[in-house]
Amino acid sequence: MNPQTKKTPMSPLTPEDPLYSIASFCEAQLLLRQELPLTDKNFEELQLMNYLQETPGIEESFTGYVCKRCGNRKNHWFGKIPQKPSPIVYCRKCIEMGRVSSFEALYRWTGPQTQSPRIENPCHWDGRLTKFQRNCSQRILEAMTTREPLLVWAVCGAGKTEMLFEGLTAAISRGDRICLATPRADVVRELVPRFHRAFPEVTISALYGGSEEKMEGAQFIIATTHQLLRYEEAFDVMIIDEVDAFPYHADQSLSFASERARKPSSSLVYLTATPRKWLKWKAKLKLIPTVFVPARYHGYPLPTPRFVSTYRLSKTLEKDILPPSIRSWIQGKTKQQRRFLLFTPTIEIAHKLAKITKIECVDAKDPDRIDKINRYRNGERNALITTTILERGVTFPSIDVAVIDAGHKVFDEAALVQIAGRAGRNADDPDGDVIFFHQGRTNAIIGAKKMISMMNRLARRK
Amino acid sequence: MFCLWCHEEIIPDITWKNVFQFFGKDRKLCEDCQQKLPYIEGPVCPTCSKPTEHGEVCRDCRTWTSHPTLGESLIQNVSVFSYTPFMKDIMAKWKYRGDYELVNMFKAGMEKRFKDNFHKQVLTLVPIPLSKTREQERGFNQAEALAGLLGLPMIHALARVRNEKQAKKSRAERLQSKNPFQLKHRMDTPVLLIDDLYTTGTTLHWAAFLLKSAGCPKVYSFTLIRS
Repeated sequence: MNPQTKKTPMSPLTPEDPLYSIASFCEAQLLLRQELPLTDKNFEELQLMNYLQETPGIEESFTGYVCKRCGNRKNHWFGKIPQKPSPIVYCRKCIEMGRVSSFEALYRWTGPQTQSPRIENPCHWDGRLTKFQRNCSQRILEAMTTREPLLVWAVCGAGKTEMLFEGLTAAISRGDRICLATPRADVVRELVPRFHRAFPEVTISALYGGSEEKMEGAQFIIATTHQLLRYEEAFDVMIIDEVDAFPYHADQSLSFASERARKPSSSLVYLTATPRKWLKWKAKLKLIPTVFVPARYHGYPLPTPRFVSTYRLSKTLEKDILPPSIRSWIQGKTKQQRRFLLFTPTIEIAHKLAKITKIECVDAKDPDRIDKINRYRNGERNALITTTILERGVTFPSIDVAVIDAGHKVFDEAALVQIAGRAGRNADDPDGDVIFFHQGRTNAIIGAKKMISMMNRLARRK
Repeated sequence: MFCLWCHEEIIPDITWKNVFQFFGKDRKLCEDCQQKLPYIEGPVCPTCSKPTEHGEVCRDCRTWTSHPTLGESLIQNVSVFSYTPFMKDIMAKWKYRGDYELVNMFKAGMEKRFKDNFHKQVLTLVPIPLSKTREQERGFNQAEALAGLLGLPMIHALARVRNEKQAKKSRAERLQSKNPFQLKHRMDTPVLLIDDLYTTGTTLHWAAFLLKSAGCPKVYSFTLIRS
């Protein structure tokens, strides 16, 4: 970054200052002209005062172009609009957030900053942590205070959210800016009310594609990783939930975004139940401090999956009948009045099953997705067919889980462990039934079971 | 190559034909997305390309022919695609987000429809203009981009005087609106107007009327979508 952008030591703005609202709206962000809520006159004034700095949206490097918002460098992701004298180059990767081009610059706020309020004792959560959780919670608190990185490797249902509270309480009373980034909008929607209940006085803003509220200068932001693309050196505490999840680990621009969005001296906390290879290695080589939580918050072991072979699945489904093993499982659950989730590898299979069994199904493209999930959560429906969108981060109290065609390539080891982790999350009903219907065991299926057994063994030993 | 719409990588089959063609045609869309483009097929209204049951003249066009001033000016409209939700998504990204490159999605369809309908005539392309401010906002004129796909001589014969959004108006309001264009060049050869959408046809009829009353012998229109 060039030296002029270094923040000048100016006293923080008070809420009475006329600049307060605009400063809190755009500080620590890279915004397009059309995203700034300013008239042309005000805009020019602020630029003259050097409070708004213009920075080119697309830069030309000797290998090609670089998008200054999403960090994209792949040439096939750049488009050209023919115009005289030279064509406009624009980034196609982040175009859904408004077009960044060689003619549409980004603006950053370089005027006086605002200060988040320091709230004493903001946490109103009165639950108790278990032994494992207390240890982990303490480590998180330390990492957030000393601004260090930390990997929290905790099994599904270990109570990751609650373990953050202690650290967050301290951070909020310091007046830190906090961001919790998660790969899925469903998870954002689920987390926000939980944090609202725990920290009622803190301004919490939820950002995801299609979210409406954009609260100015919220102290605590819960966002999907894509939304971080607008931020630059904004957060003192950055928590990345489910680091291993698609699309975070597949899309480089997201790790670029989360890296840029945090301040140079800030704490970075990774949360995951199923770290990928590189993170496991880093933890093993002690390159990143790691805390490991092998037990669930209620102390009962993770449900271990059962395997049932169901061959010729697509052939049977084509004839509009359910394979007998799946049918009897569903019938059994209905008879016992157990609530369950059915995971399918593809949208087509989800629709097919929904047609045969008359159970509602959701997928990522479903316009009623939020309603359907809510209906299931409220108990209006006892069953739901879903694609991998509900594989992680969501909590339904006491359910059973089945995976159809568990050998499909979308179900990797991490996904299967996560899916198995949806079951038995309630202390009153800790043994969920997890069943994988497969057409031949894959490495992922076996690996998932191994991983779950290993966690259970570790939990017993400690 | 990557698909323009879904960004999946396209791996072309290797055949004897393309092994030796180093600079052969690149595919712009993957098979799936190509399939989803709603190319208009089957019987359509002969004057405006709206799909009708037996290829009879549709109601819209019957009303147009009885219009006192604009009725006789536009001979025929030909459209390439119908307006499905998929098409709406594409238009939103192309026009409102400003993803110019998406115009190449339409190239094959535009060329095919043009060849089937207008190959015999010698026509000059006239894209429907945008207002100055809108063009600056967007960075391009979508009609001009579409006309550019055909690789034929193009003349900017019209300019827009009134700056109103068509998409926000009702049918009745559109039909009553005044002429939004001004003539920049007189055309004395047959003209093919190019635009992205034919909805009620008001825009195109006004443009045709203006050209015709300035002495243009024949005016056709070629639009991407008939909605």
